[in-house]
Amino acid sequence: MAEPRWFRLGLRAVVVVYLVLLVAWPLSLVAQRTFADGFDALLRVFEDPDVLHALRLTLVVAVVSVVLNTVFGVGISLLLVRHDFPGRRALNVLVDLPLAVSPIVVGLSLILVYGGRGGWFGPALESAGFQVIYATPGIVLATVFVALPLVVREVVPVLEEIGVEQERAAQTLGANAWQTFRRITLPSIRWAVLYGVVLSLARSLGEFGAVKVVSGNLLGETRTATLVVEEKYLNFDKGGAYATAFLLALIAVACIVVVTVLRPREGSDRA
Amino acid sequence: MTATAPAAGRSVLRARPTREGALTPLSGLGLGVATTWFSLVVLIPLAAVVATSAGGGVSGFVDSVTSPQTRAAIVLTVGTALAVTALDVVMGTAIAWVLVRDRFRGRALLELLIDVPFALPTIVAGLVLLSLYGPDSPLGVDVANTRGAVFLAFAFVTLPFVVRTVQPVLEELDREVEEAAASLGASRLTTFRRVILPSLAPAIAAGAALSFARGVSEYGSLVLLSGNLPFRTEVTSVRILSSIENDNTAGAAAVATVLLMISLVVTVAIDVLQRRLVRRG
Repeated sequence: MAEPRWFRLGLRAVVVVYLVLLVAWPLSLVAQRTFADGFDALLRVFEDPDVLHALRLTLVVAVVSVVLNTVFGVGISLLLVRHDFPGRRALNVLVDLPLAVSPIVVGLSLILVYGGRGGWFGPALESAGFQVIYATPGIVLATVFVALPLVVREVVPVLEEIGVEQERAAQTLGANAWQTFRRITLPSIRWAVLYGVVLSLARSLGEFGAVKVVSGNLLGETRTATLVVEEKYLNFDKGGAYATAFLLALIAVACIVVVTVLRPREGSDRA
Repeated sequence: MTATAPAAGRSVLRARPTREGALTPLSGLGLGVATTWFSLVVLIPLAAVVATSAGGGVSGFVDSVTSPQTRAAIVLTVGTALAVTALDVVMGTAIAWVLVRDRFRGRALLELLIDVPFALPTIVAGLVLLSLYGPDSPLGVDVANTRGAVFLAFAFVTLPFVVRTVQPVLEELDREVEEAAASLGASRLTTFRRVILPSLAPAIAAGAALSFARGVSEYGSLVLLSGNLPFRTEVTSVRILSSIENDNTAGAAAVATVLLMISLVVTVAIDVLQRRLVRRG
């Protein structure tokens, strides 16, 4: 039963207009404003040592967070899908919680535990010479927090779908746990892990609110790329703000393109 | 639900064992390390928020949460998030429908646009929206520093959720059932209401819950867009941030606890809905 033509075309028009007004047009305007004076604005961004420092910091933090979240994500997915233990269902729900928590609450929660002044663990850590809040470890923690569920959510459904038959067969043939993981499990979940990594990377490069609270936003020290956008815009350097925003948007769009191109159509990722 | 072909295939898959069962010493160690890390990063900090909010006693908590400015912020945030969720339910289902059932050039590009709000840094999202709906708008529409800006920002950041939860369910929906309904004399509206909508409902509800949770907790996209005017455009997250900056940690924690409770309820609701979704297949 095909829908009537007027209905199909009408709905298509509504959807296209909505997406153009909400996403496509505003996004293209940022590109337009970045290149209003040719490549000048973009080049100026790369000449600014503070911006360069911020970009480097953002990249380091994102890479460290993605590695941590990937190891944790694959491990916890295996535990949640393959094993029974008390509290499994609760852990399964709690792992999703970071997606629903406000970034400001994330920042506040980390300060309350790791803050050097009155945090639960902060003073002890700082007297041991390890500063977390207003330093890079705090930014990493905040970034890990907000991107934590992304790998898990990609890997768990795939693990559920592939079942344990092959893993059991491998074990029957004498493979140990590591060999089974390397040779059987990892190849079946590699695409899911990769999507998770790309999504986490996009999220980690772009985190703003949580990082703003825990970083102290110190110029040339703990200011990340997203904080540079805010600071430049508020200081009436709109050119610099648009150029930095354009760079970040470019990375985000590249991440989506990678995921969209790599993701096989429904059902074909079981191999 | 009706036993459709793909659903039958899926239940066969699920009948396969996916569990090894009890913990081995190695996986037990892994579980210990993973839960310790998860507790250090997420659970203990969130517990600290709740504990700090309780530190001022019940009256301190109630005072923080019901001060006129905070109440105005919570009402604005929850109200706007509800309105945007309603918009997302309608537009998200329509978008998913077009992506699954309609074929035209440029559809792949739409597919890409849906995910942009998810991957775009929120501060950049604010700047992006400001370029079309700010003071220099080529459309002549300037919502900056108004409540319209809050609505706009929420609509932007919550765009992917309903689309991405409804789309896979719609793809698996068997068109034969619709055709059967039509051949039995059901009108298109009746088919939609009685056959399609019930199958989509759990997915729509799960997407709506995600949208609502995201809207209520939004911060970054509003910074440049809404002006954060007390009683007018100040949302709950901004309220918490200004309490932190004024060293009013207990007040910040009290309002944060309210948001956390909303997050927790929504996350549990999504889990329940997704279980229902899997059962239906």
